[in-house]
Amino acid sequence: MRRFALAGAALALIAYAVPGAASDDVLKQTANPAQWALQTGDYANHRFSKLNQITRDNVKNLKVAWTFSTGVLRGHEGSPLVIGDTMYVHTPFPNIVYALDLNDEGRIIWKYEPKQDPSVIPVMCCDTVYRGVAYADNTIYLHQADTTLVALDAKTGKEKWKAVNGDPKKGETNTATVLPVKDKIIVGISGAEFGVRGHVTAYDAKTGKRLWRAYSVGPDNELLVDPEKTMSLGKPIGKDSSAKTWTGDQWKIGGGTTWGWMSYDPDTNLFYYGTANPSTWNPVQRAGPDGKPIDQKWTMSLFARDPDTGMAKWIYQMTPFDEWDYDGINENILADIDVGGQKRKTLVHFDRNGLGYTLDRVTGELLVAAKYDPAVNWTSGVVMDKNSPQYGRPQVVAKYSTFQNGQDVNTKGVCPAALGSKDQQPAAFSPRTNLFYVPTNHVCMDYEPFKVSYTAGQPYVGATLSMFPAPGSHGGMGNFIAWDAGKGKIAWSNPEKFSVWSGALATDGGVVFYGTLEGYLKAVDEKDGKELYRFKTPSGIIGNVMTYTHKGKQYVAVLSGVGGWAGIGLAAGLTNPTDGLGAVGGYAALRDYTALGGTLTVFTLP
Amino acid sequence: MKRTEPLLFVVVALGLLLALQAAAQTADKTAKKEKDGKWETADGTPTYNIGPDGTVDWYTYSGFRRYHSECHVCHGPDGEGSTYAPALVQSMKTMSYPDFLQIVASGRQDVNPAQQNVMPALGDNPNVMCYIDDIYVYLKARSEGGLARGRPPKRADKPAAADKHEKACFGTK
Repeated sequence: MRRFALAGAALALIAYAVPGAASDDVLKQTANPAQWALQTGDYANHRFSKLNQITRDNVKNLKVAWTFSTGVLRGHEGSPLVIGDTMYVHTPFPNIVYALDLNDEGRIIWKYEPKQDPSVIPVMCCDTVYRGVAYADNTIYLHQADTTLVALDAKTGKEKWKAVNGDPKKGETNTATVLPVKDKIIVGISGAEFGVRGHVTAYDAKTGKRLWRAYSVGPDNELLVDPEKTMSLGKPIGKDSSAKTWTGDQWKIGGGTTWGWMSYDPDTNLFYYGTANPSTWNPVQRAGPDGKPIDQKWTMSLFARDPDTGMAKWIYQMTPFDEWDYDGINENILADIDVGGQKRKTLVHFDRNGLGYTLDRVTGELLVAAKYDPAVNWTSGVVMDKNSPQYGRPQVVAKYSTFQNGQDVNTKGVCPAALGSKDQQPAAFSPRTNLFYVPTNHVCMDYEPFKVSYTAGQPYVGATLSMFPAPGSHGGMGNFIAWDAGKGKIAWSNPEKFSVWSGALATDGGVVFYGTLEGYLKAVDEKDGKELYRFKTPSGIIGNVMTYTHKGKQYVAVLSGVGGWAGIGLAAGLTNPTDGLGAVGGYAALRDYTALGGTLTVFTLP
Repeated sequence: MKRTEPLLFVVVALGLLLALQAAAQTADKTAKKEKDGKWETADGTPTYNIGPDGTVDWYTYSGFRRYHSECHVCHGPDGEGSTYAPALVQSMKTMSYPDFLQIVASGRQDVNPAQQNVMPALGDNPNVMCYIDDIYVYLKARSEGGLARGRPPKRADKPAAADKHEKACFGTK
């Protein structure tokens, strides 16, 4: 109750400060636990619901209430939204949006299907996924695969305005949801595998007019940074912080795209997001003029920016000079937790590189950096000594350095694989346990970089890799873990046969939900991970679990429909390049368990 | 009687010709020759070579690498297919070399209410087109040559001709 009251007070303050802003409405809508008003649950990305009708004791009785076929076959990421008595369901390309009437057994109130040039399909690395629409002020915001941003009247599905954010002919596409904040809609871009130069862009929520754009790499004025005031690890970033860390003008095709989740803190008035890999995947081609590693700032970085101006307050680069495709785009969860005996306003981030980071979200100070999968081997850890010239930098193990081993050399046994110890599938935070519930990959790789040349709109990769379950472990390709971000320790870990590619949901009923690639919705106990319930949905789950109430009754819903990155490697099964290490079952092909098809499954208690 | 002899001769000759053709066709399937480390069938189509100890020729190995950089994000590891693109280990069983070149260079679309499959045109991508024969022979080796999944365990050294071709194709010195 106290939390609730505080949130209300904060809401009132902001409402006075910025009348009529989208964030007022988002704060109002997300504060109501009957709804699921933002893909990430709330601005803090907690994915926690105050609903508690479904408990550890009764979850075993969960039954399917109703289902809905989306009519689309490809990978279904993200989740529906529920606002009042209406549910909004999205699909991957062609990016259909359905408004369903919860008062009338899910009858379709309206359907919106944009017309897009299908030539965008193959430009999307790794399937035509889309992580869902956003809602603010009676408007649904759809960000299409071809980067067209559309505002739809939430009641009628009629277009209010459209804006175009990028050019698919150059490899610029979209898979992410948008962040409605203040009077703006903030959007990212995909395409680092095509040499796209990443940026975040703000559009006027009412008109679609472009307001500002902040690049991840390049000259200071285009980065929207202040060399003296923008901080990194407690120091000003200085002049030309990005451009001088690239050879020549390689930054122009340098990647650092922004296809992940965003979070926002009304108190600091900062929004947070991460940037993707530098292009190409061949680090030798990106070496400095002296032939040595060079940072390629600000790829693989966490950004804190002011949504009003776009200016960066702080930046932290997690993986300077990437050699493994460890994009830094995963979600940033804003939680106030104990670190070293002190309550801190933190940002918690589970990076593709296998390290779980806890930072002070006000200043960007690095508090914890620890492996959240024991298999991680490319680094011996991050230097935490503030006086060291290596402060904040991961120490690379030479054996697993694809740069030191060189191009045309196959670097073996690197953990994690390029898809990371975790990809975009978002974790949840429960204020009941102060634990983070994290869907993870438990996959390693061999990686051989080689020379490639750049052509606009064509893939710009430059490495061949093969992936396999982490050797010497349980043989599966995933874990579902609970993480103590104050200590940097795993509280418990459930082995999974396949990567867990579904976003988690934590609830006040003490139950944590997630989906699996075989198609199970699973419910586990928040304190020890004990499985309490499972149900096999029609297809593999790469969507995120959400919950809401309708007429006072709690429902849990998830999109199934296998695909995405997981659909590439896992559909065919992974190979075992090191005979003898194989664990039984680990190489089982996903296609033996599930087939395509988008379906929404909604659960409730009888 | 006189007239039957030439007819008989024609029949015999025709039979002989057919037999020879059949023999030649049988030979086509297996006969291949090597030039500067690159293998081709009698009609000049590039092909793979796998030695008794499993050593693959350079181009098959090179095709393995290029495939897993340029193609596998849709067509899956080892040509096994993904949830949204066909398994080339199957497609290549019936696809001719000219058809392969044409589809890779120009792309193709299969967009209908049930599915949206789009193969991009890769014709102006040197990372693909400079190695198109390599990718072709690798996929042929996978689909019909018994090449196992994963990285080929042993390979021939890179021939000087491959190096020369690479430089000429990319326009580098």
